[in-house]
Amino acid sequence: MSILFVLIPILGALAILLGSKAKTTALIASGLNLFLGLGSLFCWQAKIWSMSPEILSKPSIHLAFGFYDGMSVIMMILSVLVLFAATMSGKCPEGREKLWYSSLLLIGGGALGAFLSTDLFFFYAFHELALIPTFLMIGILGSGERKEAAWKITIYLALGSIILLAGLIWLVSASGSETWLFSELLKSKIDPSAQTGIAALLIVGFGILISLFPFHSWAAPAYASAPAPVAMLHAGVLKKFGLYGLIRLYPMVSEGMQHWLGALIVLLLGNILWVGFVTINQKRLDTMLGNSSVMHMGYIFLAFAALVQAGSVEANPLAIPAAVVLMFAHGVSIALLFMLTDTIRRKTGTVELAELGGLAKAAPRLAFLFGLAGMASIGLPGLANFSGEVLVFLSGFEGYDGGKLGCVQVATILALWGVVISAVYMLRAFRQTFQGPAVPATSSKNVTDFGPFCQIPAALLALALLVVGLYPNSLLNLLKDPAPVAPTEQAAE
Amino acid sequence: MHVYWLEIIVLLGGLVLLMVEAFVAPKRKAIIAYSAIFPLVLALVCLFFPLNYSLDGNDELSRFYAVDSQAKFFKGFTLLAGILTLLLAIDFRKTLSKFTANPHSEDGTGEYYCLILFACAGMMWMASAKDLVSLFVSLELTTITSYILVGYMRRNVGSLEAGVKFLILGALSTGFLVYGISWIYGATGSTDLTVISARISESNPTYLLFGLSLILISLAFKIGAVPMHLWIPDVYQGAPTPTTAFLSVASKAAGFAVALRVLEPFLNSPLADKVIFILAVLAGATILLGNLAAIPQKNFKRLLGYSSIANAGFILMAVAAWNPWSDSELSSKQVVMFYLAIYLIMTFAAFFILAVVSRNTGSDDIAAFEGLGTRHPLLAFMTTIVIGALAGVPLTAGFLGKFFAFQAAINAGLWVPVSLGFVGVAAGFYYYFQIVRAMYWRSSLEESPMTVPPTSLYVIGVLSALLIVLAFTPQPILWLIGN
Repeated sequence: MSILFVLIPILGALAILLGSKAKTTALIASGLNLFLGLGSLFCWQAKIWSMSPEILSKPSIHLAFGFYDGMSVIMMILSVLVLFAATMSGKCPEGREKLWYSSLLLIGGGALGAFLSTDLFFFYAFHELALIPTFLMIGILGSGERKEAAWKITIYLALGSIILLAGLIWLVSASGSETWLFSELLKSKIDPSAQTGIAALLIVGFGILISLFPFHSWAAPAYASAPAPVAMLHAGVLKKFGLYGLIRLYPMVSEGMQHWLGALIVLLLGNILWVGFVTINQKRLDTMLGNSSVMHMGYIFLAFAALVQAGSVEANPLAIPAAVVLMFAHGVSIALLFMLTDTIRRKTGTVELAELGGLAKAAPRLAFLFGLAGMASIGLPGLANFSGEVLVFLSGFEGYDGGKLGCVQVATILALWGVVISAVYMLRAFRQTFQGPAVPATSSKNVTDFGPFCQIPAALLALALLVVGLYPNSLLNLLKDPAPVAPTEQAAE
Repeated sequence: MHVYWLEIIVLLGGLVLLMVEAFVAPKRKAIIAYSAIFPLVLALVCLFFPLNYSLDGNDELSRFYAVDSQAKFFKGFTLLAGILTLLLAIDFRKTLSKFTANPHSEDGTGEYYCLILFACAGMMWMASAKDLVSLFVSLELTTITSYILVGYMRRNVGSLEAGVKFLILGALSTGFLVYGISWIYGATGSTDLTVISARISESNPTYLLFGLSLILISLAFKIGAVPMHLWIPDVYQGAPTPTTAFLSVASKAAGFAVALRVLEPFLNSPLADKVIFILAVLAGATILLGNLAAIPQKNFKRLLGYSSIANAGFILMAVAAWNPWSDSELSSKQVVMFYLAIYLIMTFAAFFILAVVSRNTGSDDIAAFEGLGTRHPLLAFMTTIVIGALAGVPLTAGFLGKFFAFQAAINAGLWVPVSLGFVGVAAGFYYYFQIVRAMYWRSSLEESPMTVPPTSLYVIGVLSALLIVLAFTPQPILWLIGN
């Protein structure tokens, strides 16, 4: 049944290509998905959601979908929320509705397929569904240096994907598992000497897809040039695919990952500090947000590093919930920020910080929501990102007995500076854009507050931030619940 | 009906049509083309019926003629490739007649279709060849027919040049083949591959390896592997498009069929390590060169030539990862056959698209694709699917082929070719997406819609639909491979 989440957007995209009204079809498809997603929150453990027909016998690959555990549910909610917001708020250029809406649906369908797949092969394959639509959207309908950005993201992600594929193939063959299903794979043990190589390939492969330092140079230009809905989907949802994969496959390569812990910590600090300082240096809202999204990946990696150091999920029970909550929170907040930045660009014609000012006078609601999203991104308590970040920092010190500081603890202390860094650039951007005297760009008659097509998705995303911020157990409870019955056992019944 | 009647059907069809061709009116030579499809379809249909596959009591024939699932697969492959080539040739015949003896009638084009039948028969025999001599004879039948097919447009300088290059290099490689066969015969005392595989362990390894290297040089020419790949871009660009498609798919597959048969005794013997090393080096070099050299190409036909070199590299990597049989994975032979099956679909789709665009714009360049997104959105969409399959974008069948090749190589520990494969795939995304870019990012000066002949449109539609469907249900191909 969970294949519906994937089929609805894909069929919607096909319908649009065959000639149905683009915006309506897209809204119906993403709206349906949103309702289905929110509804499934109450019954996700029911068996009806899983399926796994075998499509290939040698090697044994299944077209398997289902909620493998609470993490899949949370990522699914993130995807349907952001897809709906992106579809509703995007302002499509004249005459390009077909390309615009079908691409958004395909990208969203690919993300949902990846998160809901319980077979490693299709988990990998669905992520790539987004590749061609992203290439076309950034290249044709993007702004600024769109052509270079489109080539860079496509080739870089292709390289990352093929390296990842090698790692996954090696993983499956070393595990001795008969199938590519998660449930089979996660039961098997891999020889520790092979784990080191596999872990390296997974870190590099997933790392490129997550924009881990130093494989991050594709991200900021791509998000800055992409049309806003594509940036929302990519930075908010698709990037989390890599982290989801790492967390999901971690039990199979736990010893191998420990070998690379030092390198991982240096790289994630590179994300937080190096890219953080690069973000402070940005003079445009869109590049600032692009770099900021790269920077925040460092926190989630910190939770992962804490997990790696502890050696097992039982030894550090905070790490995975921290990562998942922060993935959700970051996804929603960055999507909201990209949406609002696009509104600013449309209303005032610019996103250069130097040319903006005093926008709050003309667009108070926009200012409020941007402030909310910005505060969330900094990590203000009461909003979702704080719940995630505080859990990350706590997980960094989990199991610390008061003696010598380990490398993860040192990294956590250094990562705390990231909060200050993000406060610097976000508050400065807010002040420069919204406060102070009005400037010509922001005081012309065109500048009105944003309309309902933007207000509804923005309110939805802001609501998600508030709910998870004030009541983190809404997500954490999902992670505590036991996973539903594995599909292969179901098939035997 | 015995299985060897399949080739006889095709051959007789070719001979009969050649006779008929002399009497058909110059304006109506297309009848030959349509009729030529019949023997191929008949043979293809017969392949699926339970034929008498045993060659009991016919000891002489069973010495030369193998009947196993590999032979059946490659026969079916060749027949399908032949049918698609004839369909492409039918739509291409205006260009063909423009460059033959009498441009205003189809006078000189009738033999083209018969030659394709002869080449098919040769390849079908090659698929069954289990003796080095029958292998050589059938290889020669195919190659010599291909020489004519390449140089067929004799008023076109490009075609003539391609024909001459192909002829000279082909003759050279034939020389290597014969010399290699003679060394193997000298070392083992027989040309029968089953006898050779029994006698390998007691024969002189130096003589064997020397003979095998010479044969490998010739086979590398046939499949287009480095360092015998130099003929491919020029010959592919100059030859008539149906010939290029036929060479690119059927000839390459026949080369791999022969390679699998010839290499099998060696890879199952104590010499395996050395042979695998040679194959791995060839595979790595082919992947690297094929993909990198494709990057600066501005002509789509030439790009498809380099793409075929790159694909040959990936298939060679699967051969180097020699795995005779395994419970949980496909054997190397099955990986090669799977990859070739998908390669047939992708490449013919690409050539049909090329022929359509070339007819409308008069050029084979990538620039001819500019603005296709607005001129013919359906064709552009199908081209995007085909390009995605060629590049190896997941959720297309092309990815499955590369997936199996990489899986085989990683399981065998061939990390150098695999790393070169990373570079290759990333490069592939660049040069294949050039076409996508041209179609959608650029607009052409011509705003008129494209005319696409219905046959071509249906074929392209079916092939691109197959590329998506097979990505989700590849089991039918495994059934065809004989799983």
